[in-house]
Amino acid sequence: MDFSLTKEQEMLRKLSAQFALEELEPIAAQIDEEHRFPVESFEKMAKLGFTGIGVPEQYGGTGGGMLEKVIAVEEFAKKCMASAATLSIHLIAPHAILAFGTEEQKQKYLPRLTKGGELGAFALTEPNAGSDAAGVKTTAVYDEKTDEYILNGTKCFITGGARAGVLVVFALTDPKAKTKGISAFIIEKGMPGFSSGKIESKMGLAGSETAELVFEDCRVPAANMLGKINKGFKIAMQSLDAARVGVGAQGLGVAEEAIEMAVKYTHERVQFGKPIAALQGIQWYIADMAMKTEAAKALLYMTASLADSGKPFTKEAAMCKLFAAENARFVTNLALQIHGGYGYMKDYPLERMYRDAKITEIYEGTSEIHKVVIARAVMNK
Amino acid sequence: MRIYVCVKQVPDTSGVVAVNPDGTLNRASMQTIINPDDLSAMEQALVLKDATGCQVTAVTMGPPPAEGMLRELLAMGADDAVLISAREFGGSDTFATSQIISAAINHLGVGKDDMIFCGRQAIDGDTAQVGPQIAEKLNLPQVSYAAEIEKVGNDVTVKRMLEDGYMKIKVQTPCLITCISDKEKKARYMTLNGINHCYEKPFTLLNFEALKDEPLIELDKIGLKGSPTNIFKSFTPPVKGVGVMLEGADKKTAETLANILLEKHVI
Repeated sequence: MDFSLTKEQEMLRKLSAQFALEELEPIAAQIDEEHRFPVESFEKMAKLGFTGIGVPEQYGGTGGGMLEKVIAVEEFAKKCMASAATLSIHLIAPHAILAFGTEEQKQKYLPRLTKGGELGAFALTEPNAGSDAAGVKTTAVYDEKTDEYILNGTKCFITGGARAGVLVVFALTDPKAKTKGISAFIIEKGMPGFSSGKIESKMGLAGSETAELVFEDCRVPAANMLGKINKGFKIAMQSLDAARVGVGAQGLGVAEEAIEMAVKYTHERVQFGKPIAALQGIQWYIADMAMKTEAAKALLYMTASLADSGKPFTKEAAMCKLFAAENARFVTNLALQIHGGYGYMKDYPLERMYRDAKITEIYEGTSEIHKVVIARAVMNK
Repeated sequence: MRIYVCVKQVPDTSGVVAVNPDGTLNRASMQTIINPDDLSAMEQALVLKDATGCQVTAVTMGPPPAEGMLRELLAMGADDAVLISAREFGGSDTFATSQIISAAINHLGVGKDDMIFCGRQAIDGDTAQVGPQIAEKLNLPQVSYAAEIEKVGNDVTVKRMLEDGYMKIKVQTPCLITCISDKEKKARYMTLNGINHCYEKPFTLLNFEALKDEPLIELDKIGLKGSPTNIFKSFTPPVKGVGVMLEGADKKTAETLANILLEKHVI
């Protein structure tokens, strides 16, 4: 099996790393402290084409597939998890429109999301519908006089929801049918009846904005239905599979950076007359961190390659997301521990990385729901 | 209008510098970067391309892996690239290098509107000689230390940065201009679409066969053997220790200083 990247993918990694170092890292601590979404960073990403990864050039995209997304998100996550999350989550909407949209929808919305600098968002979660997507309460009632759907309900914890220009929103078109009655809609910012509510204050990932969305008799043209009626659950699940690989890339990137910092520090920090790198206890920490991170990387890249070859990857997406997320917390925790008191201080990036890493175990499906997905795939063959 | 931009792959000075037994740099074993002043020259050329739609050609002389650098410049926006590479050219000093690059550019053709941009100097040799030598060999007017380049009609206006100010001068094409790095005008990034298409853009390899009959080439004055500069010794300077700071303007401090200088045989 050959995991080597193409020359173009190597160049993408170099560009992503350079962009992360020069544009994202210098403001990472500041946006975390101020809980500020850096619009300027997103605009720069759009200008260079990061926001069009996975979308063909004919729709304003920059081509590539899952592996390209993984490379960019991994490199961004090394320097700023919030920015990595912004890119990773933004890409869900254009990818869903590309996979399930009509030609008209692709022509209309994809260029705005790929090269137009508009943020995308994906709105499935509701106060009572987290891991249990069947708990969706938002409704979409068809008005045949105007050929529109009228949406009512509330979405919560939507990354970029308040700023997004184009959103993919899930609502019940047949409430009795539960998951078989969910449809997907393309919603535009400014549609009457659509507004954003509370902006959440979070433990980490403070440089990405998490919003509540409110739909009050929001009229959406029937032409904005994404995919077929009552087939939205499949769109949601398929989109989440791809999104989970993106979260895996976030977890991998932050872990890789934490190891790099920890190794550097062990050579610099002298205690008992020698660098702490000479202590076997520290060496074993580093060995565990490196081994697990390498395993996470192998699983993640294998999953991305599976996705790019058009094969099913639901089980692998759940596995790589779960593994990379748990590893991200494990590694950032140990890297912080190695740094001792300095690691706990805000002068060093590790405490932020530790807080940021935690979210990977929760969003785009909790670790527990991933075990359900994996067990189902392994046991119900 | 075509702008040739001469670029050089140089060792990344943040890494280890390796030297061959003959004193030349062992470029193959070192991490490399695009020479910063050359990157600035490329940015100046791309700014003019944005304004005029001119053609930008990246030119380098180096071993085959230098192709990677040229592809990056194509991904930034250059239209085509030329790699001058041959065993016979290896080990060339500035005199031999400028001769080969001049021959290559002459081979490709210099039109009435064309310009050649170089970085002021490379961070490995720091000679600042290759650009001016190319101008001499191609018999072109040259302007060095350029921070800004504007083109209006046939006139090119160059803002030269000097130690005590700047000088604006006009020059006519064809000409050669050497550019300096400017922190305020960082070179643009590659773009994702640029990366996607950089291997589809025109790429020319000029080897010894292609250039040996060029009138500007003197076969006994190329490569290590033909270079008038002979490197006696190359070495990585030892890392300097932390200095000692003495504070005070009193006699005792002056004595301490004098004693240290005496110990080190400075005085």
